[in-house]
Amino acid sequence: MTSREALRHGVPVLVVLAVVVVVWYAFAILLNLDRARALADDDATNWDIVSATMAQDRPLLPAPHQVAVELFSSVFTHAVNSPKSLVFHAGVTALAAGVGFAIALALGILLAVGIVHMRALDRSLMWWIIASQTVPVLAIAPMVVVVLGNIGLTGLVPKALIAGYLSFFPITTGMVMGLRSPDPMQRDLLRTYNATGFQIFRKLRWSASMAFLFPGLKVAVTLALVGAIVAELPTGAQAGLGARLLAGSYYGQTLQIWAALFAAAVLALLAVAAVDLARLALVRVRGGRL
Amino acid sequence: MSADLSLVEVPITQVAAQAPPAAVRADGVSVAFEARGQSTLALSGVDLSIQTGEFVSLIGPSGCGKTTLLRAIADLERVTAGQLLIHGITAAQARKNRAYGYVFQAPALYPWRSVERNVTLPLEIMGMKRAERQARARRYLELVGLAEFHRRFPWQLSGGMQQRVSIARALCFEPSLLLMDEPFGALDEITRDGLNLHLHGLWRSTGMTVIFVTHSIPEAVFLSSRIVVMSPRPGRIVDLIDVNLPQERGLDLRETPAFLSVANRVREALRAGHSYD
Repeated sequence: MTSREALRHGVPVLVVLAVVVVVWYAFAILLNLDRARALADDDATNWDIVSATMAQDRPLLPAPHQVAVELFSSVFTHAVNSPKSLVFHAGVTALAAGVGFAIALALGILLAVGIVHMRALDRSLMWWIIASQTVPVLAIAPMVVVVLGNIGLTGLVPKALIAGYLSFFPITTGMVMGLRSPDPMQRDLLRTYNATGFQIFRKLRWSASMAFLFPGLKVAVTLALVGAIVAELPTGAQAGLGARLLAGSYYGQTLQIWAALFAAAVLALLAVAAVDLARLALVRVRGGRL
Repeated sequence: MSADLSLVEVPITQVAAQAPPAAVRADGVSVAFEARGQSTLALSGVDLSIQTGEFVSLIGPSGCGKTTLLRAIADLERVTAGQLLIHGITAAQARKNRAYGYVFQAPALYPWRSVERNVTLPLEIMGMKRAERQARARRYLELVGLAEFHRRFPWQLSGGMQQRVSIARALCFEPSLLLMDEPFGALDEITRDGLNLHLHGLWRSTGMTVIFVTHSIPEAVFLSSRIVVMSPRPGRIVDLIDVNLPQERGLDLRETPAFLSVANRVREALRAGHSYD
């Protein structure tokens, strides 16, 4: 990237960030003002009160720098395997989301292959898949956790299943579209070679579907993360970013909640970046286009 | 087996021993398409015999069934009546034997494969070894003048070059029959002239049988040893025209009286078939 390009991409991002930070500070002051006033000494100046809005232990809305400090201390001042470390919790969530994403990938592709190749599945399955996505994950997650807990499955497995359940849909729809994308000429060509059904799948349908898979993967990977976090809420808040959110809200630890939210955002960015990296690798193999 | 039948069989085997079967033999071939309960006759009672080594063009206006006939020969379309034999076997069996290479109206290259890997596609499907595949691809890319482009990708080539890649792909498994469906229809005239010259040279040097669908009279006359003139509603053959022009053909041939008189005959045949109505 040239410096001019960096400028072109960087400036808008920085401007948006600055606006967000300013608005955030304004709301932090506004929302915490009542409590700051109530706690203030009689001789406190206005400035004292305003600075007090940004220094509370359990503010209604923490100021950006408070979240930054909390993030820093919870990431860097504890050993990564300590339950006090945000890295530990992010790792727990990432693992569940990762396994869930792998499940979604396998399930999503399998369903798509079935739908494309079997008319009966095409007619019956899609409705069930769409219906499955209308059930709110918040409603279904506790049930899955409880049911699986009763048969002795706790920890990673129920979380991964919920993450997978939430994220297979965009993979299925993308793959169905992709597997159906080859035009009649491209299919006739293989017919003239007397190609087998499996060869048609591997050399044409599968290759053609890749361009449709990756947009779905990007959505799916963030959904897997959401699924893992939601699944951590009813597990008794043992570990994970969801557990941090829940514990934070139990004890009014808003700083902890916000730090966990930011950790989740960073995790999502990393996950999307990883998908994009895989896409770029494939683009490279294919000479510059997917 | 009865005595009568064996008597009948003798002359057939004798004929087969004397002359190899025609590259393509159509007897009363019809193709009907069903759509919304209605049947449309795309091809009606076609009788045609194409000998090995011929370059035969199928010409006619849209809807005359020329592409349908080519697709029937390739077993991409089902014959609803009559008999179609390719080298003496059914079209379906010929396709299974990979008896022909097919060049479509568009290059139909796979954009995720490099030029070389597009050419090796049929060889992969036929289970050829990797080294042999590469050697073949290089050889046939050389033949169509694209040797140095083997690592490029389809979208990096012009339309004419892409169509040449698709010709290399059709030739690389060395079929004895080449079926071409308006391969140069989408190209500009200059590119088309170049490819016509190239294709004519290729045909002369390989001695393969070519069946070529076109709607360009000059193209048909320039390339062919024989022209099949077809007419629509229903698609049928209205005339067969032998092209007795010199084997050595350059683009200036198209200005000669001999060339123009053949072109004129084709036009007359098209008119007789009501193609201009």
